Amino acid sequence: MNPIATLFAFLMNLPERPMRWAQSVLKGGRLGWVFVAPNLAVFALFTFLPIAFDIHYAVTGGVNLMPGDRPYVGGENFGSLLDCSNHFDANSCRRDLFWHGVWNTLRFVVFQVGLMLGFSLLTAIVLNKKIIGRSFFRAAFFYPVLLSPVVVALIWKWILQREGLLNATMIGSGFQPVNWLLDQNWAFVWSVAVSIWAHMGFYTLILLAGLQAIPAEINEASQMDATPPWRHFRRITLPLLMPNVMVVLVLGLIRAVQVFDEVYVLTGGGPGSATTFVVQYIYKTGFADQVRQYGLAASASLLLAGVLLVLTLVQMKGSKRG
Amino acid sequence: MRRIWLMAGMAMIASVGLARAGEVRIACYSDGNECEATETLSADFMKANPDIKITIDKMPFKSIQESLPVQLAAGQGPDIVRTTDFGPIMKYTLDLTPYLKDTKYWEDNYGGTLGWMRKDASDKGIYGLMTQLTISAPLVNKTLFDQAGVAVPKQGATWDDWAAAVKKVKEATKINAGMAWDRSGARFAGPALSMGAKYFAADGSPAVVDDGFKAMASRYLKWAEDGTVDKDVWVAAGGGYRDAFAEFANGKIAMYLSGSWQLTRLEKQIGDGFEWVVGAAPCGPGGCTGMPGGAGFVALKNAKNPADVAKFLDYLAQEKVYADWMVMTSNVPANVTLQKKGLPYKLSKAGTAAIQAFGQNAATLTPLAYKLQGDVMSRPMFNAVVDRVSQAMSGQITLDQAYARITSDVADAVAASKK
Repeated sequence: MNPIATLFAFLMNLPERPMRWAQSVLKGGRLGWVFVAPNLAVFALFTFLPIAFDIHYAVTGGVNLMPGDRPYVGGENFGSLLDCSNHFDANSCRRDLFWHGVWNTLRFVVFQVGLMLGFSLLTAIVLNKKIIGRSFFRAAFFYPVLLSPVVVALIWKWILQREGLLNATMIGSGFQPVNWLLDQNWAFVWSVAVSIWAHMGFYTLILLAGLQAIPAEINEASQMDATPPWRHFRRITLPLLMPNVMVVLVLGLIRAVQVFDEVYVLTGGGPGSATTFVVQYIYKTGFADQVRQYGLAASASLLLAGVLLVLTLVQMKGSKRG
Repeated sequence: MRRIWLMAGMAMIASVGLARAGEVRIACYSDGNECEATETLSADFMKANPDIKITIDKMPFKSIQESLPVQLAAGQGPDIVRTTDFGPIMKYTLDLTPYLKDTKYWEDNYGGTLGWMRKDASDKGIYGLMTQLTISAPLVNKTLFDQAGVAVPKQGATWDDWAAAVKKVKEATKINAGMAWDRSGARFAGPALSMGAKYFAADGSPAVVDDGFKAMASRYLKWAEDGTVDKDVWVAAGGGYRDAFAEFANGKIAMYLSGSWQLTRLEKQIGDGFEWVVGAAPCGPGGCTGMPGGAGFVALKNAKNPADVAKFLDYLAQEKVYADWMVMTSNVPANVTLQKKGLPYKLSKAGTAAIQAFGQNAATLTPLAYKLQGDVMSRPMFNAVVDRVSQAMSGQITLDQAYARITSDVADAVAASKK
């Protein structure tokens, strides 16, 4: 026998004895815990332990970093964050920047996810047809997904800044330049647009996979019945694509709620706080301000975690229904 | 046999310990070439002290500002750090007094700035060495002024005079804006102090908003609206510091409120591209003041070899070495003897004139400006001003709301830091 094969067989047989011993000692279902133990240990260390720390920081105050040096303040940080005379008016809140972040995030989620879903669906449908250069377009739409968020933001900053490419083109075409990142509304619009550009390819791919999974005979039957295209889309394509749409919707929602990197590099949260989102508030409060209020940052992150938990539960319920 | 292995192991651990015994690690950021100049000097130091190894880790300013306090709180970090922000690291600094041979020399030559690193007035410790003294001042594109036929305002000119002059230049030369200020609370403080802002209440506690502050803030907003000030620098930047050097270097503004730390960039990036000069600090009812400041090498408590740390900083502090250092970096010295003697800078004609002008501006700095720069709560005050004034500039809140927010932001920071 080949010596390498012998060695390989020997190595493969090595765990046999300890496994047989473990089986005899642990028996039945308990052996499963042995298999998942390493993964659980990693999960505990990098997920549950930070959550426990986060809760500890959220109920303690001051500027000390070491958990033991922080005085217990109970729900003071949450109370401070939620203290508003009118929650719909961020300027009436004690922590106005947090509430600007909340409302900006909500607006961003509605526009970014809604528009991205629409554009991704449209693009997937077009790319599913037999058009010229289909492979090229599929690659072109997916390409931005491969870029780092910082690169995406820098590219767009060069395009959008006062003396950027877009204004140069506009001046060259006889139009007045616009200071895109100085105006609150334009800065928000571009934050949404850049985010859609950067992530659309990924969601398009998911929807394209769903479209290609629809059995050809169903489409053929519909054609034979001369079903109008809109009716075909509404009654056949969309219902069959619903599981993929649900995945895109929930993944997009979760990502949009966590928005930070691209927009932070593109606008820095400005002008003013027009594009400051919740995650940027958490980062600024906990890590960038000179007086670091870890407690406030931890409380805000727990509130954000609550929102993400609700979204995840909705997704799970939706998936079951699907 | 086992005993031999044990002894060998112990010897190895001891040798690693010995190798580290004389190492001093420095976390350094550069405005121009400060880290490189320190490397040159440290090579000479290591020749004279072969048992001490100086390692300089170059990093961005933002890393030092944001990561260092966290590292230090966790008991990690370098032995020395170059920073401008002494407040957040004060409880981790090392008092060098027990290790210095001649503390009187330090007090006599660096006494004015040693206080910036101290916890309070009763603290007599020596915690580090200023690597440069900076003075904020107007940098002027004289070529644009000449093209517009407008005279550069002279010493004694008020902020309103400057605003009127740069506006004329803007209109005549069709540039983006008359002037731009770095997006920095420290930069804003100079003009605000000139307008009579006090920044402190009678009991010494922070009190940013008063009539003097309002006088400057309201002017600044008005200037931003009519194009006298470049709104883009403060509003489009979002959070944090942003300088306006690119706007100045590209001839897009006639006056740039920045400071002496830009000298190397002015020399290298503008050179004789256009004629640039340093103007006199504009005046107001509170005086004609800019803001003093600077960066320093601060010794840290967790240093493994505090005596070596002190020895290296003492070496840098000596007059001859410090003079070489300042010449290499084109910086204004914090050493008062050298300030009086003057230094043989290797600068262009414009650079030499600039450094003299910075020196003249240093003479008009008010005591309040020094107090504000050295106060432990100065950064939270500066940050609140930048955040809220730029919100008001963007139209998100009114100026009155900005005043209220500045007051509450600073109060929150004070309360949090006391817990």
